[in-house]
Amino acid sequence: MTRVSMQVDGVTYTDEVEPRTLLVHHLREALGKVGTVVGCDTSNCGACTVHLDGQAVKSCTVLAVQADGAEVTTIEGVAAPDGSLHPVQKAFHEMHGLQCGYCTPGMIMASIDLLKENPNPSDTEVREGIEGNLCRCTGYQNIVRAVQQAAGELSGSATTPETTGAQA
Amino acid sequence: MIPAPFEYVRPTTVEEAVQAVAEGGEDVKVMAGGQSLIPVMRLRLAAPETIVDLGGIAELRGVREEGDHLVIGAMTTHAEVVTDPLIAQHARLIAEATETVADRQTRRRGTFGGALAHADPAGDLAAVALALDAEMVIAGPSGRRTVPAREFFVDYLTTSLEEGEILVEIRVPKLSGDWGVRYEKFNRVAQAWSIVAVAAAVRREDGHIAEARIGLTNMGPTPLRASATEAALAGAPATADAVASAARSAAEGTSPSSDLNAQADYREHLVQVLTRRAVTAAAGL
Repeated sequence: MTRVSMQVDGVTYTDEVEPRTLLVHHLREALGKVGTVVGCDTSNCGACTVHLDGQAVKSCTVLAVQADGAEVTTIEGVAAPDGSLHPVQKAFHEMHGLQCGYCTPGMIMASIDLLKENPNPSDTEVREGIEGNLCRCTGYQNIVRAVQQAAGELSGSATTPETTGAQA
Repeated sequence: MIPAPFEYVRPTTVEEAVQAVAEGGEDVKVMAGGQSLIPVMRLRLAAPETIVDLGGIAELRGVREEGDHLVIGAMTTHAEVVTDPLIAQHARLIAEATETVADRQTRRRGTFGGALAHADPAGDLAAVALALDAEMVIAGPSGRRTVPAREFFVDYLTTSLEEGEILVEIRVPKLSGDWGVRYEKFNRVAQAWSIVAVAAAVRREDGHIAEARIGLTNMGPTPLRASATEAALAGAPATADAVASAARSAAEGTSPSSDLNAQADYREHLVQVLTRRAVTAAAGL
């Protein structure tokens, strides 16, 4: 066993782990961060995407021991402390950027990473930016719209129209 | 799916890493970004006794200039390569090919040196290293040695790294003069491996092609140079016809495999098409 210490969603956790433990399993099973899901187990689908020191990674393809001393942000840590949604979460909600919702945590974490690097991506740049995330419902149209709406809100370049609908 | 148990060592210097490999038992694996190694360990296609993780060695990360060479640390991530100003200026072909590797998340973890040492013939960076006449700096128990890319890639997933050795740096000659570059990749879906890809660097001089360097991805068990096409292009007029004619010999000397994605004869056709496109773009035609 190896002692690892990492800050996850703002809280520091110190645990003994087997070196073979994948980061995603450590997050879910030891720390209870079940918002991060395991999709494919083959590094393809991106559902398990989290931020490691601010960068999007597939947590099924990182060992927990490799995250020792690092800062991890999961989907559970992106909303504000008062519970108000992150602009990207809000946009996925408003634009209905999901069907079954299984890919959503990873889609949002990858999209936040993309928007940090490219605050105003074109349609193609969004699609390429989230190429490591698969939506098996194939709901990509609304996912792309959601990312673009979030881009507008985050950069302040466009005022997001309040949508009326189920959540209004 | 989880890997089989292993001992984990995270050295902080190259010397410590070499020692850890020497002491790691019968089956030691050196881990760079882990983006190829962890997937095969999860599938238990690899079950090493010891993992020596190079992730804690700061000196292996980053790009610097040394005279007419760039020196790229083996642990420089793909994402860092893509945005590095020195690479953009002196070895843009590397950045262009690296942008096509896997996906955003994988490029954050995967490394230049790791990809080269893994030596997957469908990997994109080996052909680029070969086209640019890069040299591999290798550290081992008896010190450091330098191996040209031509001798580094030996066979399928096999390099000239000996037991106990670690790839630490890649030296890339700067391209000086009027060079254009292009990486043309053909794959099935976004993050899939190359079915075939072509890395081209072309130097133009007075309306002619003075020199062309062409590396081929997935046209054999190792990356290859399209030597016949390079010879045909040297001194040729920089015209679409001359490029098209030279590209027809791009499959000479290759030995592509047949798999679920493509038959060998299809790859032989594809490499001609991609070579024409890559050289045409690199020559600015």
